[in-house]
Amino acid sequence: MEIQIKNQIKLAILSINENVGFARAATAAFSAQADLTLTEIDEIKVAVSEAVSNAVIHGYGSEPHKQNYIELVMNLYQDKLEFIIIDYGYGIANIEEARQPSFSSDPERMGLGFIFMDSFMDELEVQSKLGQGTTIRMVKLLVPSTEH
Amino acid sequence: MKVVTFMKQGILVVRLEGELDVCGANEFRTSVDEALTATGAKHILLNMQGVSFIDSSGLGVVLGRYKRIAQLGGKILVVHLEPQIKRIFELAGLMKILTVYQSEEQALDLL
Repeated sequence: MEIQIKNQIKLAILSINENVGFARAATAAFSAQADLTLTEIDEIKVAVSEAVSNAVIHGYGSEPHKQNYIELVMNLYQDKLEFIIIDYGYGIANIEEARQPSFSSDPERMGLGFIFMDSFMDELEVQSKLGQGTTIRMVKLLVPSTEH
Repeated sequence: MKVVTFMKQGILVVRLEGELDVCGANEFRTSVDEALTATGAKHILLNMQGVSFIDSSGLGVVLGRYKRIAQLGGKILVVHLEPQIKRIFELAGLMKILTVYQSEEQALDLL
């Protein structure tokens, strides 16, 4: 049986720092369709912000002169919100290592990006190939409210 | 991100407004590093009243300034942490290195 999508938005975002805030605002607007608390929407914003920042800083970071795009796909299902962030940049050499706390290629960074994605979302999948790019898929489950 | 810096009682006061993400973090780093160099201040008082969002890029830049002033025995004092911002600071373990006060006046009086 096919799972039905209730709504979908696909965005192509130029990979620059200034657009991370736009991706976050779009994420919050899309998430507002679901029955979520403000705290949950804040958590989703942090998780998507981390994924898009990673794409800008690490995925395409070595070629800032080029016009590179990040794709953000947002899907609303009956029981979950799904966010897919795709870049066609450098890729991650060792995903397991990158997902460890305090792993960072830069001393100014805390290596918390994946930790936040992991702890604020219910599912996190990372696919990456060197030279081809990285795809992050994150899911927030929608728990039916019992308080109505 | 709007970053306002000024000196008060020998402490570098930093008032922030906006979102402390990768973009805001760059503006924060530039302004605060310039002010630290120009003033030689040892302590930083961060007023977070206008900060509505922070992620790991924002945390990184706060930690980076802490590392810089800690070498001189300096501290980072924080006032007006919104609950959602405080939660991220806690998750990152940053509350261990920051001292939280109720207001700018209280922080300046008690240091």
